[in-house]
Amino acid sequence: MASMDTAPAAPAIPARRARRTPIFGSRRNLERALPWMVVIGIFLFWEVTVRVFSIPDFILPSPTAIWESYLRWQPAILDNAGQTLFTTVFGFAIAIVFGLALGVAIGSSTLVYNGLYPILIGFNAIPKVAVVPILIIWFGIGTVPAVITAFLISFFPIVVNVATGIATVEPELRDVLRALGAKSRDIVLKVGLPRAMPYFFASLKVAITVAFVGSILAETIGSNKGIGKLMVVASSRFDTPLVFAGLLVTAFMGVAMYVIANWFETRMTGWATRGMTQNQQAGM
Amino acid sequence: MAAFVELDRIALRYGGEESGTLALLDTTLNVKEGEFVAVVGPSGCGKSTLMKVVAGLWPQSAGTAIVAGREVSGPLSIVGMAFQAPTQLPWRNVIDNVMLPLEIVQPHRSQLRAKRAMYVQKAQDLLSLVGLKGFDTKFPWQLSGGMQQRAQICRALIHEPKLLMLDEPFGALDMFTREELWNVMQEVVMDRKPTVILVTHDLREAVYLADRVVVMSARPGRMIHERIVPFPRKRTLEDTYKPEFAEIVQDLRNHISMAREQAA
Ligand SMILES: Nc1ncnc2c1ncn2[C@@H]1O[C@H](COP(=O)(O)OP(=O)(O)O)[C@@H](O)[C@H]1O
Ligand SMILES: [Mg+2]
Repeated sequence: MASMDTAPAAPAIPARRARRTPIFGSRRNLERALPWMVVIGIFLFWEVTVRVFSIPDFILPSPTAIWESYLRWQPAILDNAGQTLFTTVFGFAIAIVFGLALGVAIGSSTLVYNGLYPILIGFNAIPKVAVVPILIIWFGIGTVPAVITAFLISFFPIVVNVATGIATVEPELRDVLRALGAKSRDIVLKVGLPRAMPYFFASLKVAITVAFVGSILAETIGSNKGIGKLMVVASSRFDTPLVFAGLLVTAFMGVAMYVIANWFETRMTGWATRGMTQNQQAGM
Repeated sequence: MAAFVELDRIALRYGGEESGTLALLDTTLNVKEGEFVAVVGPSGCGKSTLMKVVAGLWPQSAGTAIVAGREVSGPLSIVGMAFQAPTQLPWRNVIDNVMLPLEIVQPHRSQLRAKRAMYVQKAQDLLSLVGLKGFDTKFPWQLSGGMQQRAQICRALIHEPKLLMLDEPFGALDMFTREELWNVMQEVVMDRKPTVILVTHDLREAVYLADRVVVMSARPGRMIHERIVPFPRKRTLEDTYKPEFAEIVQDLRNHISMAREQAA
Protein backbone atom coordinates (compact mmCIF):
# COMPACT_ATOMS: atom_id res chain seq x y z
CA MET A 1 0.00 0.00 0.00
CA ALA A 2 2.74 2.42 0.92
CA SER A 3 4.56 1.77 -2.33
CA MET A 4 1.33 2.44 -4.18
CA ASP A 5 0.91 5.79 -2.55
CA THR A 6 4.38 6.99 -3.28
CA ALA A 7 5.14 5.39 -6.62
CA PRO A 8 2.76 7.52 -8.72
CA ALA A 9 4.08 10.70 -7.14
CA ALA A 10 7.46 10.56 -8.78
CA PRO A 11 6.70 11.51 -12.40
CA ALA A 12 4.07 14.13 -11.66
CA ILE A 13 5.87 16.67 -9.50
CA PRO A 14 8.76 17.48 -11.82
CA ALA A 15 6.31 17.56 -14.74
CA ARG A 16 4.41 20.30 -12.94
CA ARG A 17 7.50 22.36 -12.28
CA ALA A 18 8.49 22.09 -15.89
CA ARG A 19 5.04 23.30 -16.89
CA ARG A 20 5.33 26.47 -14.92
CA THR A 21 8.78 27.48 -16.05
CA PRO A 22 9.39 26.38 -19.60
CA ILE A 23 12.83 25.42 -20.92
CA PHE A 24 14.80 26.70 -18.02
CA GLY A 25 18.28 25.34 -18.46
CA SER A 26 19.47 21.75 -18.25
CA ARG A 27 18.53 21.27 -14.60
CA ARG A 28 14.83 21.48 -15.35
CA ASN A 29 15.16 19.14 -18.31
CA LEU A 30 16.95 16.73 -16.04
CA GLU A 31 14.17 17.00 -13.46
CA ARG A 32 11.69 16.22 -16.16
CA ALA A 33 13.58 13.23 -17.51
CA LEU A 34 14.53 11.83 -14.13
CA PRO A 35 11.38 9.82 -13.31
CA TRP A 36 11.52 8.17 -16.74
CA MET A 37 15.18 7.39 -16.28
CA VAL A 38 14.49 5.87 -12.86
CA VAL A 39 11.67 3.71 -14.24
CA ILE A 40 13.78 2.54 -17.17
CA GLY A 41 16.70 1.91 -14.83
CA ILE A 42 14.60 -0.22 -12.50
CA PHE A 43 13.23 -2.31 -15.36
CA LEU A 44 16.72 -2.79 -16.82
CA PHE A 45 18.10 -3.88 -13.46
CA TRP A 46 15.15 -6.18 -12.98
CA GLU A 47 15.57 -7.77 -16.41
CA VAL A 48 19.29 -8.28 -15.95
CA THR A 49 18.89 -9.74 -12.45
CA VAL A 50 16.26 -12.23 -13.55
CA ARG A 51 18.41 -13.36 -16.48
CA VAL A 52 21.71 -13.53 -14.67
CA PHE A 53 20.32 -15.59 -11.79
CA SER A 54 17.92 -17.53 -14.03
CA ILE A 55 15.01 -16.82 -11.72
CA PRO A 56 12.00 -18.87 -12.84
CA ASP A 57 9.00 -16.96 -14.21
CA PHE A 58 6.57 -18.16 -11.56
CA ILE A 59 8.78 -16.64 -8.81
CA LEU A 60 9.72 -13.35 -10.45
CA PRO A 61 8.97 -12.84 -14.11
CA SER A 62 11.23 -10.54 -16.09
CA PRO A 63 9.75 -7.31 -17.57
CA THR A 64 9.86 -8.84 -21.04
CA ALA A 65 7.97 -11.92 -19.80
CA ILE A 66 5.40 -9.60 -18.22
CA TRP A 67 5.10 -7.68 -21.45
CA GLU A 68 4.60 -10.91 -23.40
CA SER A 69 1.95 -11.99 -20.96
CA TYR A 70 0.29 -8.58 -21.27
CA LEU A 71 0.19 -8.87 -25.06
CA ARG A 72 -1.23 -12.37 -24.88
CA TRP A 73 -3.98 -11.43 -22.43
CA GLN A 74 -4.47 -7.84 -23.57
CA PRO A 75 -8.25 -7.98 -24.29
CA ALA A 76 -8.97 -9.60 -20.93
CA ILE A 77 -6.63 -7.26 -19.06
CA LEU A 78 -8.06 -4.12 -20.63
CA ASP A 79 -11.61 -5.32 -20.05
CA ASN A 80 -10.92 -5.94 -16.35
CA ALA A 81 -8.87 -2.77 -16.01
CA GLY A 82 -11.80 -0.84 -17.48
CA GLN A 83 -14.05 -2.30 -14.81
CA THR A 84 -11.61 -1.35 -12.06
CA LEU A 85 -11.16 2.15 -13.47
CA PHE A 86 -14.92 2.54 -13.54
CA THR A 87 -15.53 1.41 -9.96
CA THR A 88 -12.59 3.47 -8.72
CA VAL A 89 -13.61 6.69 -10.44
CA PHE A 90 -17.24 6.17 -9.44
CA GLY A 91 -16.34 5.66 -5.78
CA PHE A 92 -13.90 8.55 -5.96
CA ALA A 93 -16.55 10.86 -7.41
CA ILE A 94 -18.92 10.05 -4.56
CA ALA A 95 -16.03 10.61 -2.15
CA ILE A 96 -15.45 14.08 -3.62
CA VAL A 97 -19.07 15.10 -3.18
CA PHE A 98 -19.41 13.66 0.34
CA GLY A 99 -15.91 14.68 1.35
CA LEU A 100 -16.42 18.29 0.34
CA ALA A 101 -19.80 18.54 2.01
CA LEU A 102 -18.71 16.87 5.23
CA GLY A 103 -15.39 18.73 5.24
CA VAL A 104 -17.17 22.07 4.98
CA ALA A 105 -19.58 21.10 7.74
CA ILE A 106 -16.84 19.90 10.06
CA GLY A 107 -14.48 22.77 9.28
CA SER A 108 -17.01 25.54 9.77
CA SER A 109 -18.74 24.39 12.94
CA THR A 110 -17.06 23.34 16.14
CA LEU A 111 -20.31 21.62 17.10
CA VAL A 112 -20.22 19.35 14.06
CA TYR A 113 -16.48 18.95 14.52
CA ASN A 114 -16.81 17.75 18.09
CA GLY A 115 -19.73 15.54 17.22
CA LEU A 116 -18.38 13.81 14.15
CA TYR A 117 -14.61 13.83 14.28
CA PRO A 118 -14.17 11.00 16.81
CA ILE A 119 -16.56 8.82 14.83
CA LEU A 120 -14.69 9.59 11.62
CA ILE A 121 -11.37 8.70 13.18
CA GLY A 122 -12.77 5.48 14.56
CA PHE A 123 -14.30 4.61 11.24
CA ASN A 124 -11.08 5.31 9.38
CA ALA A 125 -9.22 3.03 11.76
CA ILE A 126 -11.34 0.03 10.71
CA PRO A 127 -9.43 -2.02 8.13
CA LYS A 128 -11.50 -1.98 4.96
CA VAL A 129 -10.67 -5.66 4.41
CA ALA A 130 -13.03 -6.35 7.28
CA VAL A 131 -15.79 -4.28 5.73
CA VAL A 132 -15.79 -5.80 2.26
CA PRO A 133 -17.36 -9.15 3.25
CA ILE A 134 -20.21 -7.26 4.89
CA LEU A 135 -20.69 -5.19 1.75
CA ILE A 136 -20.78 -8.38 -0.29
CA ILE A 137 -23.43 -9.83 2.01
CA TRP A 138 -25.48 -6.67 1.63
CA PHE A 139 -25.05 -5.95 -2.05
CA GLY A 140 -23.91 -9.27 -3.52
CA ILE A 141 -20.83 -9.94 -5.55
CA GLY A 142 -20.30 -7.34 -8.24
CA THR A 143 -19.69 -3.67 -8.90
CA VAL A 144 -21.36 -2.14 -5.83
CA PRO A 145 -19.00 -3.40 -3.09
CA ALA A 146 -15.98 -2.21 -5.10
CA VAL A 147 -17.46 1.25 -5.61
CA ILE A 148 -18.36 1.55 -1.95
CA THR A 149 -14.93 0.37 -0.78
CA ALA A 150 -13.21 2.86 -3.10
CA PHE A 151 -15.49 5.54 -1.68
CA LEU A 152 -14.95 4.55 1.96
CA ILE A 153 -11.20 4.48 1.68
CA SER A 154 -10.80 7.71 -0.29
CA PHE A 155 -13.24 10.07 1.33
CA PHE A 156 -11.43 10.39 4.64
CA PRO A 157 -8.38 12.30 3.33
CA ILE A 158 -10.72 14.66 1.47
CA VAL A 159 -12.81 15.38 4.57
CA VAL A 160 -9.78 15.99 6.76
CA ASN A 161 -8.09 18.29 4.28
CA VAL A 162 -11.14 20.37 3.46
CA ALA A 163 -12.02 20.67 7.14
CA THR A 164 -8.47 21.75 7.96
CA GLY A 165 -8.42 24.37 5.21
CA ILE A 166 -11.66 25.88 6.44
CA ALA A 167 -10.97 25.63 10.15
CA THR A 168 -7.59 27.34 9.90
CA VAL A 169 -8.82 30.64 8.48
CA GLU A 170 -6.70 33.31 10.18
CA PRO A 171 -8.54 34.92 13.12
CA GLU A 172 -7.71 38.41 11.85
CA LEU A 173 -9.28 37.62 8.50
CA ARG A 174 -12.34 36.22 10.21
CA ASP A 175 -12.54 39.39 12.29
CA VAL A 176 -12.28 41.67 9.26
CA LEU A 177 -15.28 39.93 7.75
CA ARG A 178 -17.21 39.54 11.00
CA ALA A 179 -16.74 43.21 11.75
CA LEU A 180 -18.53 43.94 8.50
CA GLY A 181 -21.47 41.87 9.66
CA ALA A 182 -20.63 38.74 7.66
CA LYS A 183 -22.54 35.61 8.64
CA SER A 184 -20.59 32.40 9.03
CA ARG A 185 -21.98 31.30 5.68
CA ASP A 186 -20.37 34.37 4.07
CA ILE A 187 -17.09 33.58 5.74
CA VAL A 188 -17.13 29.99 4.53
CA LEU A 189 -18.04 31.01 0.99
CA LYS A 190 -15.72 34.01 0.64
CA VAL A 191 -12.73 32.75 2.58
CA GLY A 192 -13.04 29.22 3.92
CA LEU A 193 -13.76 27.40 0.67
CA PRO A 194 -11.28 29.21 -1.58
CA ARG A 195 -8.69 28.85 1.12
CA ALA A 196 -9.39 25.13 1.43
CA MET A 197 -8.98 24.51 -2.29
CA PRO A 198 -5.24 23.81 -2.21
CA TYR A 199 -5.82 21.37 0.65
CA PHE A 200 -8.69 19.84 -1.27
CA PHE A 201 -6.71 19.29 -4.45
CA ALA A 202 -3.73 17.96 -2.54
CA SER A 203 -6.07 15.45 -0.91
CA LEU A 204 -7.47 14.40 -4.28
CA LYS A 205 -4.05 13.17 -5.29
CA VAL A 206 -3.89 10.93 -2.24
CA ALA A 207 -7.54 9.97 -2.49
CA ILE A 208 -7.46 8.79 -6.10
CA THR A 209 -4.54 6.47 -5.46
CA VAL A 210 -6.10 4.94 -2.34
CA ALA A 211 -9.40 4.62 -4.20
CA PHE A 212 -7.62 2.10 -6.44
CA VAL A 213 -6.50 0.24 -3.36
CA GLY A 214 -10.10 0.10 -2.21
CA SER A 215 -11.69 -1.15 -5.40
CA ILE A 216 -8.99 -3.72 -6.07
CA LEU A 217 -9.23 -4.92 -2.49
CA ALA A 218 -12.95 -5.50 -2.93
CA GLU A 219 -12.39 -7.24 -6.26
CA THR A 220 -9.81 -9.51 -4.69
CA ILE A 221 -12.11 -10.58 -1.90
CA GLY A 222 -15.16 -11.20 -3.98
CA SER A 223 -16.18 -10.13 -7.45
CA ASN A 224 -16.62 -11.49 -10.92
CA LYS A 225 -14.68 -8.83 -12.77
CA GLY A 226 -11.89 -6.31 -12.32
CA ILE A 227 -8.14 -6.23 -12.22
CA GLY A 228 -8.18 -7.57 -8.65
CA LYS A 229 -10.24 -10.56 -9.72
CA LEU A 230 -7.89 -11.11 -12.67
CA MET A 231 -4.87 -11.16 -10.39
CA VAL A 232 -6.55 -13.62 -7.99
CA VAL A 233 -7.39 -15.97 -10.82
CA ALA A 234 -3.91 -15.63 -12.33
CA SER A 235 -2.15 -16.33 -9.05
CA SER A 236 -4.33 -19.40 -8.37
CA ARG A 237 -3.01 -20.71 -11.70
CA PHE A 238 0.54 -19.69 -10.74
CA ASP A 239 0.54 -17.39 -13.76
CA THR A 240 2.86 -14.90 -12.05
CA PRO A 241 3.64 -12.90 -15.21
CA LEU A 242 -0.08 -12.15 -15.58
CA VAL A 243 -0.30 -11.10 -11.91
CA PHE A 244 2.55 -8.69 -12.51
CA ALA A 245 0.96 -7.43 -15.70
CA GLY A 246 -2.14 -6.65 -13.64
CA LEU A 247 -0.03 -4.85 -11.01
CA LEU A 248 1.73 -2.71 -13.59
CA VAL A 249 -1.51 -1.80 -15.35
CA THR A 250 -2.92 -0.73 -11.99
CA ALA A 251 0.16 1.37 -11.27
CA PHE A 252 -0.19 2.95 -14.68
CA MET A 253 -3.84 3.84 -14.07
CA GLY A 254 -2.88 5.27 -10.68
CA VAL A 255 -0.24 7.49 -12.24
CA ALA A 256 -2.59 8.60 -15.00
CA MET A 257 -5.31 9.62 -12.52
CA TYR A 258 -2.73 11.33 -10.36
CA VAL A 259 -1.51 13.37 -13.32
CA ILE A 260 -5.07 14.43 -14.08
CA ALA A 261 -5.66 15.45 -10.45
CA ASN A 262 -2.38 17.31 -10.51
CA TRP A 263 -3.34 19.15 -13.67
CA PHE A 264 -6.56 20.31 -12.02
CA GLU A 265 -4.62 21.39 -8.96
CA THR A 266 -2.27 23.65 -10.87
CA ARG A 267 -5.12 25.04 -12.94
CA MET A 268 -7.36 25.82 -9.98
CA THR A 269 -4.99 26.84 -7.21
CA GLY A 270 -2.14 28.51 -9.02
CA TRP A 271 -2.34 31.39 -6.56
CA ALA A 272 -1.15 29.13 -3.77
CA THR A 273 2.16 28.32 -5.47
CA ARG A 274 2.73 31.17 -7.88
CA GLY A 275 4.31 33.29 -5.20
CA MET A 276 6.88 30.56 -4.74
CA THR A 277 7.65 30.44 -8.47
CA GLN A 278 8.16 34.18 -8.43
CA ASN A 279 10.69 33.90 -5.64
CA GLN A 280 12.49 31.12 -7.42
CA GLN A 281 12.76 33.22 -10.52
CA ALA A 282 13.84 36.26 -8.59
CA GLY A 283 16.51 34.19 -6.92
CA MET A 284 18.04 33.15 -10.20
CA MET B 1 -22.19 67.25 21.57
CA ALA B 2 -22.50 63.54 22.28
CA ALA B 3 -19.48 61.41 21.54
CA PHE B 4 -19.51 59.13 18.55
CA VAL B 5 -17.83 56.34 20.49
CA GLU B 6 -18.58 56.18 24.21
CA LEU B 7 -16.95 53.53 26.33
CA ASP B 8 -18.04 53.73 29.94
CA ARG B 9 -16.14 51.72 32.56
CA ILE B 10 -15.68 48.71 30.32
CA ALA B 11 -14.37 45.49 31.81
CA LEU B 12 -13.58 42.41 29.81
CA ARG B 13 -12.44 39.03 30.99
CA TYR B 14 -11.43 36.32 28.56
CA GLY B 15 -12.35 32.82 29.63
CA GLY B 16 -13.69 31.70 33.00
CA GLU B 17 -14.90 33.83 35.90
CA GLU B 18 -11.85 33.26 38.13
CA SER B 19 -9.24 31.67 35.91
CA GLY B 20 -9.71 33.89 32.85
CA THR B 21 -7.53 36.80 31.76
CA LEU B 22 -8.81 40.19 32.83
CA ALA B 23 -7.89 42.27 29.78
CA LEU B 24 -9.78 45.50 30.48
CA LEU B 25 -10.99 47.08 33.71
CA ASP B 26 -12.72 50.43 34.13
CA THR B 27 -11.79 51.54 30.64
CA THR B 28 -13.45 54.78 29.70
CA LEU B 29 -12.97 56.49 26.37
CA ASN B 30 -14.96 59.02 24.37
CA VAL B 31 -14.27 59.80 20.74
CA LYS B 32 -16.03 62.67 18.99
CA GLU B 33 -17.32 62.40 15.45
CA GLY B 34 -14.51 63.10 13.00
CA GLU B 35 -11.88 62.90 15.72
CA PHE B 36 -8.66 60.91 15.29
CA VAL B 37 -7.68 59.21 18.56
CA ALA B 38 -4.56 57.14 18.99
CA VAL B 39 -4.37 54.54 21.77
CA VAL B 40 -0.91 53.65 23.02
CA GLY B 41 0.15 51.33 25.81
CA PRO B 42 2.44 48.50 26.79
CA SER B 43 2.21 45.30 24.81
CA GLY B 44 -0.59 43.00 25.97
CA CYS B 45 -2.43 45.72 27.85
CA GLY B 46 -5.70 45.15 26.03
CA LYS B 47 -5.56 47.55 23.07
CA SER B 48 -6.73 45.00 20.55
CA THR B 49 -9.36 43.89 23.02
CA LEU B 50 -10.64 47.45 23.19
CA MET B 51 -10.97 47.45 19.41
CA LYS B 52 -12.92 44.20 19.51
CA VAL B 53 -15.38 45.70 21.98
CA VAL B 54 -15.95 48.78 19.83
CA ALA B 55 -16.33 46.67 16.68
CA GLY B 56 -18.82 44.40 18.42
CA LEU B 57 -16.62 41.35 17.93
CA TRP B 58 -16.37 40.50 21.61
CA PRO B 59 -18.94 41.41 24.28
CA GLN B 60 -17.64 43.29 27.30
CA SER B 61 -18.16 41.72 30.71
CA ALA B 62 -19.21 44.99 32.33
CA GLY B 63 -19.80 48.62 31.41
CA THR B 64 -21.47 50.10 28.36
CA ALA B 65 -20.23 50.66 24.85
CA ILE B 66 -22.13 53.07 22.63
CA VAL B 67 -21.24 53.68 19.00
CA ALA B 68 -23.16 56.11 16.81
CA GLY B 69 -25.77 56.56 19.51
CA ARG B 70 -26.59 52.87 19.88
CA GLU B 71 -25.41 50.33 22.36
CA VAL B 72 -23.04 47.83 20.74
CA SER B 73 -24.56 44.37 20.65
CA GLY B 74 -22.80 42.82 17.66
CA PRO B 75 -20.75 43.75 14.61
CA LEU B 76 -21.62 47.04 12.96
CA SER B 77 -21.05 47.54 9.30
CA ILE B 78 -20.36 51.25 9.85
CA VAL B 79 -16.93 50.11 10.96
CA GLY B 80 -13.92 49.52 8.74
CA MET B 81 -10.92 47.68 10.15
CA ALA B 82 -7.27 47.16 9.27
CA PHE B 83 -4.76 45.05 11.12
CA GLN B 84 -1.02 44.62 11.32
CA ALA B 85 -1.16 41.18 9.75
CA PRO B 86 -1.72 41.38 6.02
CA THR B 87 -5.21 40.01 5.56
CA GLN B 88 -5.52 40.20 1.80
CA LEU B 89 -6.96 37.12 0.14
CA PRO B 90 -4.19 35.66 -2.02
CA TRP B 91 -6.58 34.28 -4.64
CA ARG B 92 -8.05 37.71 -5.36
CA ASN B 93 -6.29 40.56 -7.11
CA VAL B 94 -5.97 43.94 -5.46
CA ILE B 95 -9.20 45.45 -6.69
CA ASP B 96 -11.25 42.36 -5.85
CA ASN B 97 -9.69 42.39 -2.39
CA VAL B 98 -10.54 46.04 -1.93
CA MET B 99 -14.11 45.39 -3.03
CA LEU B 100 -14.63 42.46 -0.66
CA PRO B 101 -16.62 44.46 1.94
CA LEU B 102 -19.09 45.45 -0.78
CA GLU B 103 -19.99 41.78 -1.14
CA ILE B 104 -21.03 41.73 2.50
CA VAL B 105 -22.26 45.11 3.67
CA GLN B 106 -25.74 46.26 2.73
CA PRO B 107 -26.95 48.13 0.71
CA HIS B 108 -23.89 47.60 -1.48
CA ARG B 109 -24.24 43.85 -1.40
CA SER B 110 -27.49 43.81 -3.33
CA GLN B 111 -26.47 46.66 -5.64
CA LEU B 112 -23.01 45.39 -6.50
CA ARG B 113 -24.06 43.49 -9.59
CA ALA B 114 -26.16 46.25 -11.04
CA LYS B 115 -23.81 49.14 -10.24
CA ARG B 116 -20.53 47.35 -10.64
CA ALA B 117 -18.91 50.03 -12.82
CA MET B 118 -19.64 52.70 -10.22
CA TYR B 119 -18.15 50.60 -7.43
CA VAL B 120 -15.08 49.74 -9.46
CA GLN B 121 -14.58 53.45 -10.05
CA LYS B 122 -14.84 54.04 -6.31
CA ALA B 123 -12.23 51.40 -5.65
CA GLN B 124 -9.95 52.88 -8.31
CA ASP B 125 -10.29 56.34 -6.73
CA LEU B 126 -9.27 54.91 -3.37
CA LEU B 127 -6.31 53.10 -4.89
CA SER B 128 -5.16 56.37 -6.48
CA LEU B 129 -5.58 58.15 -3.16
CA VAL B 130 -3.16 55.76 -1.45
CA GLY B 131 -0.76 55.67 -4.40
CA LEU B 132 -1.69 52.26 -5.78
CA LYS B 133 -2.93 53.47 -9.15
CA GLY B 134 -2.33 50.80 -11.80
CA PHE B 135 -1.86 47.98 -9.28
CA ASP B 136 -5.48 46.85 -9.38
CA THR B 137 -4.89 43.59 -11.23
CA LYS B 138 -1.79 42.60 -9.25
CA PHE B 139 -2.08 39.86 -6.67
CA PRO B 140 -1.24 40.54 -3.02
CA TRP B 141 1.87 38.40 -3.12
CA GLN B 142 3.20 40.55 -5.92
CA LEU B 143 3.12 43.62 -3.65
CA SER B 144 5.58 44.80 -1.03
CA GLY B 145 4.51 44.92 2.61
CA GLY B 146 3.87 48.64 2.41
CA MET B 147 1.74 48.29 -0.69
CA GLN B 148 -0.27 45.53 0.92
CA GLN B 149 -1.04 47.82 3.84
CA ARG B 150 -2.12 50.55 1.43
CA ALA B 151 -4.50 48.08 -0.19
CA GLN B 152 -5.74 47.12 3.25
CA ILE B 153 -6.53 50.74 4.05
CA CYS B 154 -8.53 50.93 0.82
CA ARG B 155 -10.46 47.83 1.78
CA ALA B 156 -11.22 49.31 5.19
CA LEU B 157 -12.63 52.43 3.50
CA ILE B 158 -14.49 51.10 0.46
CA HIS B 159 -17.90 50.84 2.13
CA GLU B 160 -17.48 54.39 3.49
CA PRO B 161 -17.44 53.44 7.15
CA LYS B 162 -18.14 56.17 9.68
CA LEU B 163 -15.56 54.70 12.01
CA LEU B 164 -12.14 53.52 10.95
CA MET B 165 -10.32 51.18 13.35
CA LEU B 166 -6.66 50.58 12.78
CA ASP B 167 -4.85 48.03 14.93
CA GLU B 168 -1.11 48.60 14.51
CA PRO B 169 -1.54 48.74 10.73
CA PHE B 170 2.03 49.84 10.11
CA GLY B 171 3.65 47.73 12.84
CA ALA B 172 5.36 45.28 10.52
CA LEU B 173 6.86 47.88 8.19
CA ASP B 174 10.31 49.40 8.13
CA MET B 175 10.77 53.00 9.29
CA PHE B 176 10.83 54.66 5.87
CA THR B 177 7.81 52.81 4.55
CA ARG B 178 6.00 53.52 7.77
CA GLU B 179 6.59 57.27 7.53
CA GLU B 180 5.44 57.17 3.93
CA LEU B 181 2.23 55.51 5.02
CA TRP B 182 1.67 58.06 7.77
CA ASN B 183 1.37 60.62 5.02
CA VAL B 184 -0.90 58.36 3.01
CA MET B 185 -3.06 57.97 6.10
CA GLN B 186 -3.10 61.72 6.64
CA GLU B 187 -4.23 62.23 3.04
CA VAL B 188 -7.00 59.69 3.51
CA VAL B 189 -8.19 61.28 6.74
CA MET B 190 -8.21 64.79 5.29
CA ASP B 191 -10.03 63.54 2.21
CA ARG B 192 -12.65 61.25 3.80
CA LYS B 193 -12.86 62.69 7.32
CA PRO B 194 -13.81 59.46 9.13
CA THR B 195 -13.69 59.04 12.89
CA VAL B 196 -10.52 57.07 13.57
CA ILE B 197 -9.23 54.96 16.44
CA LEU B 198 -5.64 53.95 15.87
CA VAL B 199 -3.85 51.47 18.09
CA THR B 200 -0.09 51.69 17.88
CA HIS B 201 3.05 51.11 19.87
CA ASP B 202 4.88 53.82 17.96
CA LEU B 203 4.55 57.07 19.90
CA ARG B 204 5.80 59.27 17.05
CA GLU B 205 3.20 57.70 14.83
CA ALA B 206 0.48 58.38 17.39
CA VAL B 207 1.46 62.03 17.78
CA TYR B 208 1.96 62.57 14.07
CA LEU B 209 -1.45 61.26 13.08
CA ALA B 210 -3.83 61.84 15.97
CA ASP B 211 -5.79 64.78 17.36
CA ARG B 212 -5.53 63.15 20.77
CA VAL B 213 -3.40 60.38 22.21
CA VAL B 214 -4.54 58.27 25.16
CA VAL B 215 -2.23 56.07 27.18
CA MET B 216 -3.38 52.75 28.59
CA SER B 217 -2.03 51.11 31.72
CA ALA B 218 -0.59 47.62 31.80
CA ARG B 219 -3.14 44.81 31.92
CA PRO B 220 -5.91 45.10 32.93
CA GLY B 221 -5.90 48.13 30.67
CA ARG B 222 -7.54 51.45 31.45
CA MET B 223 -6.84 55.01 30.42
CA ILE B 224 -4.21 56.68 32.60
CA HIS B 225 -3.22 59.72 30.60
CA GLU B 226 -4.14 61.72 27.56
CA ARG B 227 -2.61 64.47 25.43
CA ILE B 228 -4.20 66.74 22.86
CA VAL B 229 -1.97 67.17 19.84
CA PRO B 230 -2.38 70.81 18.83
CA PHE B 231 -0.54 70.84 15.51
CA PRO B 232 -2.73 71.73 12.55
CA ARG B 233 -2.92 69.52 9.48
CA LYS B 234 -1.46 69.00 7.12
CA ARG B 235 1.53 67.92 9.20
CA THR B 236 4.88 67.15 7.66
CA LEU B 237 7.68 64.88 8.75
CA GLU B 238 9.71 68.01 9.63
CA ASP B 239 7.16 68.66 12.37
CA THR B 240 8.28 65.50 14.11
CA TYR B 241 11.67 67.13 14.81
CA LYS B 242 10.21 70.22 16.45
CA PRO B 243 10.69 70.55 20.22
CA GLU B 244 6.92 70.77 20.88
CA PHE B 245 6.48 67.44 19.09
CA ALA B 246 9.38 65.84 20.94
CA GLU B 247 8.00 67.11 24.23
CA ILE B 248 4.65 65.35 23.70
CA VAL B 249 6.35 62.11 22.66
CA GLN B 250 8.58 62.31 25.73
CA ASP B 251 5.62 62.93 28.02
CA LEU B 252 3.76 59.89 26.60
CA ARG B 253 6.87 57.78 26.91
CA ASN B 254 7.21 58.65 30.59
CA HIS B 255 3.66 57.61 31.30
CA ILE B 256 4.10 54.30 29.52
CA SER B 257 7.32 53.58 31.44
CA MET B 258 5.49 54.33 34.66
CA ALA B 259 2.67 51.99 33.64
CA ARG B 260 5.15 49.24 32.90
CA GLU B 261 7.01 49.71 36.15
CA GLN B 262 3.79 49.50 38.11
CA ALA B 263 3.03 46.26 36.36
CA ALA B 264 6.46 44.77 37.07
N1 LIG C 1 -9.07 35.50 22.50
C1 LIG C 1 -8.42 35.59 23.66
N2 LIG C 1 -8.59 34.66 24.61
C2 LIG C 1 -7.93 34.74 25.78
N3 LIG C 1 -7.08 35.73 26.11
C3 LIG C 1 -6.85 36.69 25.20
C4 LIG C 1 -7.51 36.68 23.92
N4 LIG C 1 -7.10 37.76 23.22
C5 LIG C 1 -6.23 38.41 24.02
N5 LIG C 1 -6.09 37.78 25.20
C6 LIG C 1 -5.26 38.24 26.34
O1 LIG C 1 -5.73 39.49 26.74
C7 LIG C 1 -4.65 40.38 27.00
C8 LIG C 1 -4.75 41.62 26.15
O2 LIG C 1 -4.58 41.26 24.79
P1 LIG C 1 -4.61 42.33 23.61
O3 LIG C 1 -5.86 43.12 23.70
O4 LIG C 1 -4.39 41.59 22.35
O5 LIG C 1 -3.35 43.23 23.93
P2 LIG C 1 -2.60 44.32 23.03
O6 LIG C 1 -3.32 44.43 21.73
O7 LIG C 1 -2.62 45.57 23.83
O8 LIG C 1 -1.19 43.83 22.86
C9 LIG C 1 -3.36 39.59 26.75
O9 LIG C 1 -2.89 39.15 27.97
C10 LIG C 1 -3.82 38.43 25.89
O10 LIG C 1 -3.04 37.30 26.16
MG1 LIG D 1 -2.71 43.93 19.78
